Amino acid sequence: MSEPNRARPAPDAPRRVSPGSVRRAFQPWNEPQARPIVEFRQVVKRFGAVTAVDHVSLALYPREFFALLGASGCGKTTLMRMLAGFETPDAGEILLDGVDITAVPAHLRPVNMMFQSYALFPHLSVADNIAYGLKREGLPRPEIARRVEEMLALVKLEGLGRRKPDQLSGGQRQRVALARSLAKRPKLLLLDEPMAALDRKLREATQFELMDLQSELGTTFMVVTHDQDEAMTMADRMAVMERGRLLQIAPPDLIYEAPANRYVAEFVGDINVFEARIRAVEGELVSADAPLIGAIAFDEEAVRLAAGESVAIGLRPEKIMLSHEEPPQPVNKVRGEIWDIGYLGDMTMVQVMIGGDAGRLLKVSLTNSTRRIARPFAWEDEVWLSWDVEAGLVLPP
Amino acid sequence: MSRSAGAARRVLVAIPYLWLGLFFLLPFAIVLRMALSDAATALPPYAPHFEGPGQLGAFLAALDLENLQLLFADALYWQSYLTSLRIAALTTLSALMIGYPLAYAMAAAPRRWQGLLVLLVILPFWTSFLIRVYAWAGILRPDGLLDAALMGLGLTSEPLRLLNTEAAVLIGMVYSYLPFMVLPLYATLQKLDPSLLEAAADLGATPAAAFRTVTLPLSLPGILAGAALVFIPAIGEFVIPDLLGGPETGMIGKVLWTEFFSNRDWPLASAVAIVLLLVLVLPLALLQRWQMARAGRAGDGP
Ligand SMILES: Nc1ncnc2c1ncn2[C@@H]1O[C@H](COP(=O)(O)OP(=O)(O)O)[C@@H](O)[C@H]1O
Ligand SMILES: [Mg+2]
Repeated sequence: MSEPNRARPAPDAPRRVSPGSVRRAFQPWNEPQARPIVEFRQVVKRFGAVTAVDHVSLALYPREFFALLGASGCGKTTLMRMLAGFETPDAGEILLDGVDITAVPAHLRPVNMMFQSYALFPHLSVADNIAYGLKREGLPRPEIARRVEEMLALVKLEGLGRRKPDQLSGGQRQRVALARSLAKRPKLLLLDEPMAALDRKLREATQFELMDLQSELGTTFMVVTHDQDEAMTMADRMAVMERGRLLQIAPPDLIYEAPANRYVAEFVGDINVFEARIRAVEGELVSADAPLIGAIAFDEEAVRLAAGESVAIGLRPEKIMLSHEEPPQPVNKVRGEIWDIGYLGDMTMVQVMIGGDAGRLLKVSLTNSTRRIARPFAWEDEVWLSWDVEAGLVLPP
Repeated sequence: MSRSAGAARRVLVAIPYLWLGLFFLLPFAIVLRMALSDAATALPPYAPHFEGPGQLGAFLAALDLENLQLLFADALYWQSYLTSLRIAALTTLSALMIGYPLAYAMAAAPRRWQGLLVLLVILPFWTSFLIRVYAWAGILRPDGLLDAALMGLGLTSEPLRLLNTEAAVLIGMVYSYLPFMVLPLYATLQKLDPSLLEAAADLGATPAAAFRTVTLPLSLPGILAGAALVFIPAIGEFVIPDLLGGPETGMIGKVLWTEFFSNRDWPLASAVAIVLLLVLVLPLALLQRWQMARAGRAGDGP
């Protein structure tokens, strides 16, 4: 296994461009002989009438950086708390290194968790917070002192060991929580929304530090987040969760480019979705008719389609091209009028109305690759939208 | 800030001082003046030595501390102080031992029950304190409720004779003051963030270790508040030792009452009160200083 995180894109790389090809070297989930460090098997957890976790099966592999992405309240924290031992599953089993740990109390599990609220002990100094787990292990004092210093250096908090948590900034508290959960050198670290309380700039910097730390320590990380950029930046693989169920488990680029269904496609990134009726299927090339657009064609390998069937088709905004002249291709094009231009700095999001004033809006994104202020498109311009046969995605419900 | 707002603030700050001056310092001065007087057959029954600021020199020259000296010379008084200290300390300790698990269980109970549980703790206050202590006399007297129950169950064969012993006083005191221990403890334990205990367990602490290293230190303010609320009234208590105690439970509160009402020796009673106040204020002031020092240490970084 190589070090997957060394080859990550720099922070200023364009958004949402897949680094998949370089990351492909590390994919134990595709190796039949790889042994998972954690396995959920058909795990269910209910709170009264709410099914917080609904038949979840999931395997994490050693050294993997795994992200669990989902809207607030979908059951992410509950799934993680069952792994840490704070909730007991109503059904199913959880295996750690191949051993069922469902009945093992939290304090005996070799797993550490960084809490969403940090849960730092307010009456203990930073150093004593970090030393807490080591003291419970009964390590000799000099060893504890050495490890605390090591941890403080690791999270760049040297010299702050004697402070109390309430004398620290939010970012520093987050680092103490991280150091405390790493001090026992767990094989598996759970992080519940580790960056939720940080402001944006700090969050981005911390994401990359966390990735470096993870590859340096070789610890398996499971991060819970509701921020898709965060999940996609950091994770080797991610899972999208909705109402207790895992909808898709895959590397970020696959989640984005080949979403398992409409919810995943709409949750991760922007997408234009429209209903279409299949006209003909010739090998991998499918042709269809969509209202307001007309004839469209797309490649489809995974989903079996038949003529006459109704499907939802998705088009990512950056896969659509915008032009003043009519493109030469016979299909996959539509005329429209620019209704809105949202300038975001690195890119511009354009809303185009197709099918007249009562039609519908499609989102198109343009990369601002030059510093030219005069833009080629303006409000109320009549434009053509077009896309390739690879662009269209079939989205099962 | 405008001048009128500043003035308003000064008035606001002054109110508690005014209160303290009017209802604490002034009465204290009166009692102190009484303590330095002679008993007399008069109305009120004392002859003051201190007649006003004009005769301060004469008063100081003839300063007469005989009442205070008597308190230390006569074993009755200083032994009563010691008994009071011992019983108050035992009461505080017992109330803590019983109150802590109680408050802990209340704080751990489902939220919708907690209001009811707090209500149950303060429910006894709805009945007169005196009646409740009398009720204990009925329970503890030979062949009373307790003896009847124990002997009926065959656990004892003869009456325990608890009434008029120090044990009876302790039972009555712990019973009466328990709510003052439970409520501040409950308030601190209830505020305790449960994720701290999860974090402790996550880092390998057994439930016992998590209690010792997290719950206990974080509930220390509640323990101190409860202990003060029990210890201070307990040390001057006179109704409970009077109704439940015997000859060996001469607590200082009872002595004070006797001097004041039976012997009508107001100056001596005042001296007893002054010394009692000193006995209480000194440890409290030390506690306060310790807490301030602790807060101060936490306040400045390295
Ligand atoms: N202790 C609990 N008691 C009752 N309901 C709970 C409890 N914990 C979580 N839930 C419910 O389970 C669902 C999932 O919650 P959670 O796992 O915290 O979601 P997330 O972390 O994804 O925001 C929510 O509907 C939440 O209200
Ligand atoms: Mg959560």
